Amino acid sequence: MSAHGRHLTNLTLKIWRQAGPDTPGRFETYRIDSISDEASFLEMLDVLNERLIADDREPVVFDNDCREGICGACSLMINGQAHGPQRGTATCQLHMRKFQSGDEIVVEPWRATAFPIIKDLMVDRSPFDRIIESGGFITAPTGGAPDANLIPIPKVVADAAMDAAECIGCGACVAACPNGAAHLFTAAKVSHLNLLPQGQAERFSRVESMVETMDEYFGSCTNHGECEAACPKSISIDFIALMHKDYLKAKLANRRELSRT
Amino acid sequence: MDPALDAKIPAGPIEDKWDSYKADVKLVNPNNKRRFKIIVVGTGLAGASAAATLAELGYQVDAFTYHDSPRRAHSIAAQGGINAAKNYHGDGDSIHRLFYDTIKGGDFRSREGNVHRLAQVSVDIIDQMVAQGVPFAREYGGLLDNRSFGGAQVSRTFYARGQTGQQLLLGAYQQLERQVGLGGVRLWNRVELVDVVVIDGRCSGIVTRDLVTGEFHSHAAHAVVLATGGYGNVFFLSTNAMACNVTAAWRAHQRGAYFANPCYTQIHPTCIPQADETQSKLTLMSESLRNDGRVWVPKNPDDRRPADEIPEEERDYYLERLYPSYGNLAPRDISSRAAKRAVDSGRGVGPLKNGVYLDFSAAIQRVGFDTVWERYSNLFEMYERITGENPTKVPMRIYPASHYTMGGLWVDYELMTTIPGLYCMGEANFSDHGANRLGASALMQGLADGYFVLPYTIGNYLAPLLGKPAPGADHPEFKAAAFAARDRFQNYLEIGGTRSPDWFHRELGKIIWDYCGMERNEAGLEKALSELPALYEEFKRDLRVTGDGASVNQTLEKAGRVDDFFQLGMLMCRDALERKESCGGHFRTEYQDEEGEAKRDDEHFAHVAAWEWTGEPMKPVRHQEELEFEAVHLATRSYK
Repeated sequence: MSAHGRHLTNLTLKIWRQAGPDTPGRFETYRIDSISDEASFLEMLDVLNERLIADDREPVVFDNDCREGICGACSLMINGQAHGPQRGTATCQLHMRKFQSGDEIVVEPWRATAFPIIKDLMVDRSPFDRIIESGGFITAPTGGAPDANLIPIPKVVADAAMDAAECIGCGACVAACPNGAAHLFTAAKVSHLNLLPQGQAERFSRVESMVETMDEYFGSCTNHGECEAACPKSISIDFIALMHKDYLKAKLANRRELSRT
Repeated sequence: MDPALDAKIPAGPIEDKWDSYKADVKLVNPNNKRRFKIIVVGTGLAGASAAATLAELGYQVDAFTYHDSPRRAHSIAAQGGINAAKNYHGDGDSIHRLFYDTIKGGDFRSREGNVHRLAQVSVDIIDQMVAQGVPFAREYGGLLDNRSFGGAQVSRTFYARGQTGQQLLLGAYQQLERQVGLGGVRLWNRVELVDVVVIDGRCSGIVTRDLVTGEFHSHAAHAVVLATGGYGNVFFLSTNAMACNVTAAWRAHQRGAYFANPCYTQIHPTCIPQADETQSKLTLMSESLRNDGRVWVPKNPDDRRPADEIPEEERDYYLERLYPSYGNLAPRDISSRAAKRAVDSGRGVGPLKNGVYLDFSAAIQRVGFDTVWERYSNLFEMYERITGENPTKVPMRIYPASHYTMGGLWVDYELMTTIPGLYCMGEANFSDHGANRLGASALMQGLADGYFVLPYTIGNYLAPLLGKPAPGADHPEFKAAAFAARDRFQNYLEIGGTRSPDWFHRELGKIIWDYCGMERNEAGLEKALSELPALYEEFKRDLRVTGDGASVNQTLEKAGRVDDFFQLGMLMCRDALERKESCGGHFRTEYQDEEGEAKRDDEHFAHVAAWEWTGEPMKPVRHQEELEFEAVHLATRSYK
């Protein structure tokens, strides 16, 4: 059996506090005297927040919801790493057993111009929705869809599309990127849809508008690869290559269209 | 029959009801649809699919979510799959069989007409989602793969790895975002419903609170659709997401919508047990693990040896012992109660003695490590992330947890509540799962309602309203509701007590879990009904919310939700007390046979209990909708 009932003691938390988007922020230091190593990182913050309320102070604001690593609401830079030290793990699934007694833990919001701070550790990730709006879909209005088995999809294709579709839209890729680029997020959706037969009709218009919307908000990709390392779903940067290939094709295809008129 | 509870089931044979309804339903001319504004609250599977579809039809749609993006809704966490009567495998599935399985799984406490329609449109859902690019699992030939699930003898469950809910939600979300881009839907994110406005007997809109600015707004519409999920978080610890709440349904209830069968809650047998006192939620481990895992506890309550040192003959494989024909695959409610009895008898395992073992060692010996690993690796890894234990070396520990709520707002065949113009879909309504939901049916119901039912039925209500003026957001009723809501939230801030909303929520959850959880009885429910009002009084007197109401304040949000959970909790216990039978997820210890199995009372309780709000949480009025079974015969479920 593992060391159940172990407690970590004497933790120091340095947490970014910021009252609003336009007010200056600062680090505040909190002590956690003792916490079970069975607690998740967010439960450790819950404990802190309960104590802050007891002390008549305002709790730390942070986004979170499912706490199962799938909704993508949680974020947090933990000791400079998006979603903390454990690979392939969202903050909500990170547990205190990954830390040691006496540790100092620095907690910051996602750091990216495109994700302005709302309050404390909560940021505005709505540019992701703008990218989806611009083309991250297959136009298939309700009703009138053909039988689902009409188009066989090779298993390898379906599996590759699913690999890309696993993205939870948390924004860790952007936060980890020195350029604040959203290429991994955008590429995951472009690849999911462009790999599938159903996605072919809009393949090139999709990649064009999604990439160009992305460029309105986010930085450029210079192949650091930090995004893949930070991704809680371990989505491969190969999908970025796929997106670039389709984008290039789209531009060429459109030029051909233009030359016809 | 209570006149308010006319379900409006179309006449005729069960197979023809939906078609004849659609043939007779009033339509709104395509050019007139834009004259109608529809509010959709909640953007999970049901809400997103409905909002997108209504906008495609041409209605003006305002959609509301308290999340930063519709993609966060808790539909996303569904693992297993979605049922549909496609019969792609030629194994004898049919619409009728899915209909019958759902009625039987619900222990004969759901409405035939609604359930049959659900089974009918299930096939359209798969077509729709594949057209949108949902990457369902495929066989090598490229056709869709299926698997089987509890309560069915056919393979009808479509899945996308262990993330079916995620892929379906993202499909609906993308369709919704397309409409946002086209201007068909106006999306309000980080906004929460705080009241429903009824004017001259019709639902005329909602009042919301902006979670970022704290501002209250009135939104008028011709119709309002609630797709706001279930109330499983009343237990505090559940597999629901942290923010899941009953507020929208409860506010509608207070404005006149009847709340049906609140005592029907589903406890899922395979969740990771609570680890310590800081625990904020429980995580589900897919039921599929029970195909290869053996459930056991030590025979001796004082046995503290590690699992591998306990010899075979000192283990109690209690499911195999009690239910030899179903063994470890006994249905959810039965497995859950058996685990509770094992733990209650002091034979629980783990440091807190609050779980039972789910042991894969026999399967590993039988088929080899690699095969078992391939089947469950994602679940094993998730388990290890949470517990720090490797379940291929140490048996998994599991325990039942609150997972889904079958009860919800009463709706008729058209999904309209008892308030004209107010609709309710998905987990938030009560209609399709009776007293127990089958696995892989929640996703099916959410999308059936949102894509294929509501977009038809809402036209029947709107068509006669064409050209008639609807009250605007400046109507005094809106102002009064917004003022009252502002007052209520201001009050939470001003109580200045000593306890946080989470503290009260935890205490509330303990009472509900102890007395209205897996097993209920009269004495316990009476006790809950005396403790709850006292705790609620304390909440109103001793609540502490720090910060202010003019920026993000998650404590304040929580206070409003816990307030509503208190009132719901009282209704749940009242409903459980009045339903003097055992059925599905509602198990009354007084009503069981000599072998401990549920005893239904069809003579007195083959009805829906729909509760009316009177202004006093402890004094609701019970109404009944009798359930009529024409297509199926009531039978006793047995899994021996």
